[in-house]
Amino acid sequence: MNGVHDMGGMDGFGKVEIEPNEPVFHEKWEGRVMALVRAMGAGGAFNIDTSRFHREALPPHVYLSSSYYKKWLLGLTDNLVAKGFISRSEVENGHASEPAKPLKRGKLTLDQVSRVFTRGTFTRDAQAPAKFKIGDRVRCRNINPVTHTRLPRYVRGHVGVVELNHGPQVFPDSAATDRGDDPQWLYTVVFEASELWGENADPTLKVSIDAFEPYLERA
Amino acid sequence: MAQDHDHTHDDHDHHHDHDHGSELSEMQIRVRALESILTEKGYVEPAALDAIVEAYETKIGPHNGARVVAKAWTDPAFKKALLEDATKAVLTLGHVSRTGDHLVAVENTPQRHNMVVCTLCSCYPWEMLGLPPVWYKAAPYRSRAVKDPRGVLADLGLSMPRDTEIRVWDSTAETRFLVLPMRPKGTEGWSEEQLAELVTRDSMIGTGFPKTPGAPS
Repeated sequence: MNGVHDMGGMDGFGKVEIEPNEPVFHEKWEGRVMALVRAMGAGGAFNIDTSRFHREALPPHVYLSSSYYKKWLLGLTDNLVAKGFISRSEVENGHASEPAKPLKRGKLTLDQVSRVFTRGTFTRDAQAPAKFKIGDRVRCRNINPVTHTRLPRYVRGHVGVVELNHGPQVFPDSAATDRGDDPQWLYTVVFEASELWGENADPTLKVSIDAFEPYLERA
Repeated sequence: MAQDHDHTHDDHDHHHDHDHGSELSEMQIRVRALESILTEKGYVEPAALDAIVEAYETKIGPHNGARVVAKAWTDPAFKKALLEDATKAVLTLGHVSRTGDHLVAVENTPQRHNMVVCTLCSCYPWEMLGLPPVWYKAAPYRSRAVKDPRGVLADLGLSMPRDTEIRVWDSTAETRFLVLPMRPKGTEGWSEEQLAELVTRDSMIGTGFPKTPGAPS
């Protein structure tokens, strides 16, 4: 979706400021939200793409004015309500009042917590041979899905070169809306800055994205 | 910028919520309520949540990545393996947490400087660097890194020679990028452990350099 989360190339957000000795969490609730998301994900309530989609789908003014972990809380709540694990009235009342729905992989218990620290693999069997090889010139397609996609706006319509082939992986555009893994070949595609930003772009700059095959066409 | 910075403050001893007290207490209440619901419904176990928080606060941080970088600086065979297949190379070090199949290490050289961003959200090699800092997840960095990385570096007080190529890696899929910074001069003969102390988190994102030997940290 063409949301405010897709920020590459936007102006006006101000300076980048690093906070010296920044703590991992600024407030205790931030850690709790992170852990809730990880635990519910490990239990199989949702996949990572669905989780991202619910944060992107927050209204633009909410997305832009909420802290990072507040977005996680709002996205998690919407996600769990959408999937029927909790209801809005339970959220409003702060207590469970409806029957639970089984978790695909079961509750994450203390003895299994290491599952959270083992990053899963997104590699899947190929559905077809790769269309592109390293060195090929490709154009990012001008697609504008209203659901989740990982093709940022700033590269759409632009030509780059395939630099790496990461193999077939879970296709987020499909997984985010529970339409299955639909594995697609994933490539790193590199662009000259002038291709993306015009003639005044930094001549020393190259930018790459990781692009799934359906995002690309031969140039 | 209020965006993504509304919970940062100058003092982190948690006694100063007067700046934004109403939102903080509201957030605490809301998160506690959701945790209660999920616990009552049998979806989560509070002890497991405690363990997750604790691991990210104490075990999973940039020291993991620093160890990888220091090893690459001292062991040419490891460096070669790292640049060819970082996932496999890192596994041989027996990290607390593995990185899945998708870690790519990119090497800084005098000719080329690498920087990592996630313009769409906050993708980042957690296993190597810990949870990302606020600035990495916030709009100023995500919007500008792909268009004006030299401006971003200037914000951070860094300058890059005018003819150095800048390569920005936008983490738009599950590949995670780790920058292998250049080894600081004056560290000949240093051990891996000593070198690891010089490797900062930001030097592995490409928004900083390793510490210089002898300089105050």
